[in-house]
Amino acid sequence: MPKDNGIGASSKRREDVRFLTGKGKYTDDINIYGQTYAYFVRSQVAHGTIKGIDSTAAEAMPGVVKVFTGADFEGIGGIPCGWQVTDRNGEVMQEPAHPVLAQGKVRHVGDPIAVVVAESLQEARDAAEAVDVDIDELPAVVDMKAALAAGSTKVHDDLTSNLCYDWTLGGEKADVDAAFENAHHVTTLDLVNNRLVANPMEPRVAIGKYDAADEDYTLYTTSQNPHVIRLLMGAFVLGIPEHKLRVVAPDVGGGFGTKIFHYAEEAFCTFAAKAVGRPVKWTADRSEAFISDAHGRDHVTKIELALDENGMFVALRTDTMANMGAYLSTFAPSVPTWLHGTLMAGTYKTPHVSVNVRAVFTNTVPVDAYRGAGRPEATYQLERVIDKAAREIGIDPITIRRQNFIKADEFPYATPVAVEYDTGDYDATMNKLIEIADIAGFAGRKAESEAKGKRRGLGINCYIEACGIAPSNLVGQLGARAGLYESATVRVTATGSIAVMTGSHSHGQGHETTFPQVVADMLGIDESMIDIVHGDTSKVPMGMGTYGSRSLAVGGSAIVKATEKIIAKAKKIAAHLLEAGEADIELADGQFTVAGTDKSVAWGDVTLAAYVPHNYPLEDIEPGLEETAFYDPNNFTYPAGAYACEVEVDEATGKVTVERFAAADDFGNVINPMIVEGQVHGGIGQGIGQALLEHAVYDSDGQLLSGSYMDYAMPRASDVPSYVVDHSCQTPCTHNPLGVKGCGEAGAIGSPPAVVNAVVDALADLGVTHIDMPLSPNRVWSAIQAAK
Amino acid sequence: MTNVSMTVNGKAVSGEVEGRTLLSDFLRENLHLTGTHVGCDTSQCGACTVHVAGKMVKSCTMLALEADGGDVSTIEGMANEDGSLGVIQAAFQEHHGLQCGFCTPGMVMAASALLAENSSPSEAEIRHHLDGNICRCTGYHNIVKSIQAAASALS
Ligand code: FES
Ligand code: FES
Repeated sequence: MPKDNGIGASSKRREDVRFLTGKGKYTDDINIYGQTYAYFVRSQVAHGTIKGIDSTAAEAMPGVVKVFTGADFEGIGGIPCGWQVTDRNGEVMQEPAHPVLAQGKVRHVGDPIAVVVAESLQEARDAAEAVDVDIDELPAVVDMKAALAAGSTKVHDDLTSNLCYDWTLGGEKADVDAAFENAHHVTTLDLVNNRLVANPMEPRVAIGKYDAADEDYTLYTTSQNPHVIRLLMGAFVLGIPEHKLRVVAPDVGGGFGTKIFHYAEEAFCTFAAKAVGRPVKWTADRSEAFISDAHGRDHVTKIELALDENGMFVALRTDTMANMGAYLSTFAPSVPTWLHGTLMAGTYKTPHVSVNVRAVFTNTVPVDAYRGAGRPEATYQLERVIDKAAREIGIDPITIRRQNFIKADEFPYATPVAVEYDTGDYDATMNKLIEIADIAGFAGRKAESEAKGKRRGLGINCYIEACGIAPSNLVGQLGARAGLYESATVRVTATGSIAVMTGSHSHGQGHETTFPQVVADMLGIDESMIDIVHGDTSKVPMGMGTYGSRSLAVGGSAIVKATEKIIAKAKKIAAHLLEAGEADIELADGQFTVAGTDKSVAWGDVTLAAYVPHNYPLEDIEPGLEETAFYDPNNFTYPAGAYACEVEVDEATGKVTVERFAAADDFGNVINPMIVEGQVHGGIGQGIGQALLEHAVYDSDGQLLSGSYMDYAMPRASDVPSYVVDHSCQTPCTHNPLGVKGCGEAGAIGSPPAVVNAVVDALADLGVTHIDMPLSPNRVWSAIQAAK
Repeated sequence: MTNVSMTVNGKAVSGEVEGRTLLSDFLRENLHLTGTHVGCDTSQCGACTVHVAGKMVKSCTMLALEADGGDVSTIEGMANEDGSLGVIQAAFQEHHGLQCGFCTPGMVMAASALLAENSSPSEAEIRHHLDGNICRCTGYHNIVKSIQAAASALS
């Protein structure tokens, strides 16, 4: 029977009530007495030298408080990068300076040059038009191949070239090459993982505030990780001691990765608040978000798969160019390397895998993590080349995958690309998929489509991802400049209610509901007695935030550890109250009982005794009931699953419709099934968006052509079907206390290859073997014509 | 600056606005009704959806002056008199029709306009009706389910 409380219950979300009544408090809903408004003057060209900035006219306009330019930021730190990749020769990556406001040069459309601070937003915007910027335009570097060519214009004059790093992972080249030479069949595929814009529906906002009396700063910001912003901005940009800097990320309207990073606008508003002596607020327009939020994906790859005569994989080789944009965003270098190369084995036993990645600077917006971050790029190329190979050698796409799977009894399994999967059962998710997708009924549905004059295709995909990011000592060796643990404080009150402070941040994931389920289950009390506090560095111990499907696996584990400490202390108090030995105390349903007797005290009696210690073992333990724990995982978690997509293609127009979509995931244990399903739905929606609609397109001058919702096609309700999702295959994670793996990114990783495989399947007998995403009607129609 | 007066969620309100002030800005900045969200600058996302004279309107597409004398409803006016969730709001909570909540006010206002005109919409009609409302979180699956559930609860 489904539970109605605690772990495994589909508890309804308590945060919904405020969101559904208009009472959510997002950053733009905050207005501070005396605040001013910032409006950014941004580069309209992709590359150029700033000859001069004349702000006299702007300064004289009504309401203008001050105009800031790069000169105000001379000698102040730049925006730091949080990850240093070491290349194939042992050299560290090239790392350019990233000023808050442009110093001498602009390097992408949207690069901030000056900022007007005024009494109202309208006045700031009007005055910004009067700031006269004289720029000598330089040739723009947009295409990655051209950027790497000898003699290319350089994005950064002080670097040796536009190559950030040339990185490799996997087997010895000679072994891999030998395996290719001796292979029965080699399938090769060139493909593009299209550049995307994350587009959380809430645009970014920052409000800086300085208190001259206490000499401390507050920044309200749309962030997935307020402590990370406090550390990066305080220590590296503005030189503010962290205890003098409070960062608050209140309700945040979606993140998807792009709100992980530390942005110039945050540093600007914090800095300017002191400079003008008033709070400074900045709210991005959507058009501004398109040219200032870090973009995602943008890989160009050649992948080769070698097979033996039975269709067993013998070797895999990939070569990727990954766009970094004009500067290194916070985690950008890690995305095409350690979050991408390490997943190239997929769910298969390929003995030799070799990955090469060249990261490239171009005159475009910086590129960084977007939902999945590296893992969708790995899955897409692997699952596309497997599909192509299956067709070339005449094996069914399910069979070829299944026969190459790592089997359930082969875990732990060390791959040739540096990771060890702890547990999994890929046959189980495939079997579940075959059932829920009704693969057996496909032939009948295809016949029906054909009767209507439509082509129908079925696409299969298997994914694996590394989540629960991440073991600090390991990522430290790999170049991370941060630890990736999580913190929790469980604060029990005298009357027994509980506040849990977590370093995880919820921006749609439902932590305020899920985390109390865990604590309630451990203590045997009702969820309603527990509240979650997050998103404020003044309330929560140092935590690393929410991304990489880590909140429950890492943040939830910290909560478990802190709650275990609470239980241990509470048992001591109960033993004293019951005049029994501590070892004999059992906790169940909120009652502490002496084992084998009917002597018990309730949760509330113990919590009261902790704070009113009249009858209390003061010689042994301190009063109070509050514990903090930090949890650092010792491995990644490895969610995996099998997805199926069915499409109809209109041959005359090239229009693709997704008719059916099914997902069978293994997330290990599940705390709140309703929320898990919602996460998968959302990921699939974004993945269908990537596969069919979304594309951030630059022209050769570095102008972003799809820079608004008029041109950038966001998936809408009529672009997607209802989905069939299942998470009943559960191989619990072996190394965290909840046995959970994380579910936030799976949908976005698993769906694009399923969609593209389906479209290619529909068109295969015309001779179409590949179409690059997004599969717009134009591209599909052109591929059909080219194949004819 | 010009004075505008209108009824918002049944209450008479007024304020000083510029000719260019959008209804969405008037609601958010002058009236502090911050449940109406602004998600774009091209009238595409629907986060700002309200009702004017009972019809669904993107409040970023209308000047505050155009609503002078009008009757406006926003998400803040959708709960029952006792403060409990209205039928559509309750259906969104029950069926997990929201995640980050940013598109949600617009979705609820759009759903209520649809159900006022069509008490039992098909899935296709619901999806078509939501074409002006973007959600980045839910993949729309549970929004559609919530509206279907609200339709049956209301009939
Ligand atoms: S804010 Fe009105 S449609 Fe986007
Ligand atoms: S719930 Fe986040 S945009 Fe819809």
